[in-house]
This record gives sequence, structure tokens and C-alpha cells, in this order.
Amino acid sequence: MDGAHDMGGHQGFGKVEPEVDEPIFHGEWERRMMAITLATAKPGQWNIDMSRYARENRSPRDYLNRTYYEVWLGGVEKLLEERGLVSREELDSGQVLLPHKNVPVLKPDEVDAMLRRGGPTERKIDAPARFAVGDRVRAKVMAPTTHTRLPRYVRGHVGTIELLHGAHVFPDSNAMGQGEAPQWLYTVRFDGFELWGADGDPDASVSVDAWDSYLEPVS
Amino acid sequence: MSGHDHHHDHGHDHGHGHDHDHSELSETELRVRALESILVEKGYVDPAALDELIQTYETKVGPRNGARVIAKAWSDPAFYARLLKDATPAIAELGYEGRQGEHIVAVVNTPDTHNMVVCTLCSCYPWSVLGLPPVWYKAAPYRSKAVRDPRGVLDDFGVSLPKETKIKVWDSTAEIRYLVVPMRPEGTEGWSEEQLADLVSRDSMIGTGVALQPAEVA
Repeated sequence: MDGAHDMGGHQGFGKVEPEVDEPIFHGEWERRMMAITLATAKPGQWNIDMSRYARENRSPRDYLNRTYYEVWLGGVEKLLEERGLVSREELDSGQVLLPHKNVPVLKPDEVDAMLRRGGPTERKIDAPARFAVGDRVRAKVMAPTTHTRLPRYVRGHVGTIELLHGAHVFPDSNAMGQGEAPQWLYTVRFDGFELWGADGDPDASVSVDAWDSYLEPVS
Repeated sequence: MSGHDHHHDHGHDHGHGHDHDHSELSETELRVRALESILVEKGYVDPAALDELIQTYETKVGPRNGARVIAKAWSDPAFYARLLKDATPAIAELGYEGRQGEHIVAVVNTPDTHNMVVCTLCSCYPWSVLGLPPVWYKAAPYRSKAVRDPRGVLDDFGVSLPKETKIKVWDSTAEIRYLVVPMRPEGTEGWSEEQLADLVSRDSMIGTGVALQPAEVA
């Protein structure tokens, strides 16, 4: 979806302001929110693409007015509610009102293995890569209403295949519960002039990772 | 971002829906407490697992991991070659693997080319080597500006590169995570990997900084 989360190239957000000696968390609630987000994936059985979609699928006003872990809070609440694990009334009241479901739960002694395993997304597919390093490709013009990982600022622009990564889980379908549907994944380099014209940095390029169906050949 | 720490980091019993002494807690803090207590009461999360997750990212996984990778790359040509060929197994040799580091690509700074990493769509970041990202990495100014005006971003960080240095920005739009290999500072011949790691800042591995000079750590 073309939400406020797709920030590349927007202007008016001001300077980047690093915080001196920034702590890992700003307060206890951020700590808890990070951990709750990682732990609830097991009972919830959602995948990372569903999590991202739950965070970004909100009004620009809502997205931009939340801090980072507040966006995570909104995402987890939405996912829990969608799966009937926790109701909106329970979230609003802080009281358990409905019976619990029997779901798998992350145990403390499973944490290390869970983090070490991570969630590799590379998959074997039979189809050969459609593009090779050096090929010119155009990022498709598209405007899906659901999750996608092709940022707006590259759509319609021509770039060059820079790296091949094998086949990876396709987030657009995985986020919607429609399966992993792996596709070839490429890194595509776009020259600054191609993206931003004379207003860009002529000596800067931007590379994005793009799935096969995001791209079309340029003759 | 609310830039202040509150004074209620202790984990005592806390009820909901009645008056209590936490009137200064924000709406968000109360909501997170309510969420956790519901999840625990329903048996969906084990509080000890939450503590274990927090402890991992507060004490075990952070930019020192990445600094050790870079120091080894600077010192050991065979490791450097393996890192460039396929960074994920090379980094796993040092014990760093897993979540948000499943597919790592190392990109190398040279006098001609400087690399910078961003995620314009969310906050993708190589957790296994850098830990959790700082607020600025996840915030709108960096995510919007890095792809359009990377030299302006470097300016915001007080970093100036020679005019002729080309900048390559890597937007982490998939699960590939990029680790910048900064240039090894001069005057570090014969340094141990442990000493070299002290020169490798988090920002130098994102590309919003460069490695520290020997005089800066003396």
C-alpha cells in the first residue's frame, strides 16, 4: 500500500538528529513492547510480512503521530484482535473478558534458539532467473492497496541489475496469508539523475532489493 | 519520540481500572502494561521469555559484534575474501547469526565509493551484527532523506567526504541486510583485532560515519 510508511524521497521532515549516547530503550514500556512483539509471533502464528502490513496499514496521521514502538503496539494489537486472541474491549479495558485459546507459547529456554534460527526467506524454485547482472530493467508502475516492498520513488524508473539473491518469499502474498510464492530477488541500482533529475546528487546512486514481478525488461 | 526516561522501570504489581500512583504514566505506557498483563493472564506470553528477549538485546547483541567482524576483515585477508563472497556464513564463523541477519551482504568503502544503508519502508537493520537500530534510523528524517540527499545526511552527521567520492545508498527493501565495511584508518599497522574493533563505530557500519582515527581512541 502507498501509506505514510513509504518515506523515500519525501521532503520536509527536517534534519537527521542523532541522540548523543542514545540508550537502547527509552523507558520500560519500549523494552516490554519490543519483547512482546517478538514473543507474540509464536501464539499468533503470523509472519514478518503480516506484521509489517499491520503496522503500516493505518492513516498517515496515525502512522506519523506515533513513535516507533507505538507503531509496533498498534501492529500487535491489530494482529491479536484479527486472530481473536485478544478483543478490542480487552485491550481498551485492560481486563480479560474472553476465554483464552490454546496456542503455542514461547518459553524462556526457547528464546536463544528462536533468535539464532531467525527467519531465513531464501527458497528453492525451479524457474531460472529472468535477469542477469548488468541487465537494464524498469520498476513497474503499480499502486497496490495491500502490502508491497517496491517503494514509490523507484516505480517507473530504469535501473541496472546489480546482484542476484536467489529466490525469496514474496512479501506481497505472504502478508495476505496467500502463501510464500517465492520469486527471484535482485538488487537493482538506480542512478541519482534517473530518480531525481537535476535536483538529485549526480554522484549518488540508490540500490533497492526487488522481486522479479516488480520488474520488467528494458530493451 | 518522548525523549525522557520515566521513573517506573521497576516491575511491581500493577492493577488496572482503579486509581494508582502512576498518574504520570502516559497513555501509551498504560496501554503496554495492560497489553502485557492480558497476554500473561491468558497464557499467551511467558514474562520470563520477555525478560530473556530484552536481556539478549541489551547485553549480548550490539554493534560490538559488527566491529569484531570488521576488525577481522581488516586483519585477515582470507576472512575478508569469504566476507565479500558470502557474508552470512563468514559472519556466522564469529558466532553472529539469526534474526535480522539471515542474509547479509557486506559492502566495502573505498576512496572512490562510500556506502550508506537505509530502510525507507520501515526499519530493516542487521540486528545480528549491530543490535537494535537507533531512533534516528527508524525516523522520518533519515528514511526520507537518505535516498534523495545522502550527502546532506552525512552533513547532518558532521561527516564530509571528498567531492569526488561517489555515494551508494542501499535501501533494505527485502530481507537482505547490508553491512558497510569502513576504510581502515592509516597508522594502524600491527594493531590487534581487539584494538581495531575500538575504531569501528556503529555509524561507520551503517555508512553515516567513518571509522575513528587512532588518535580518537588513544
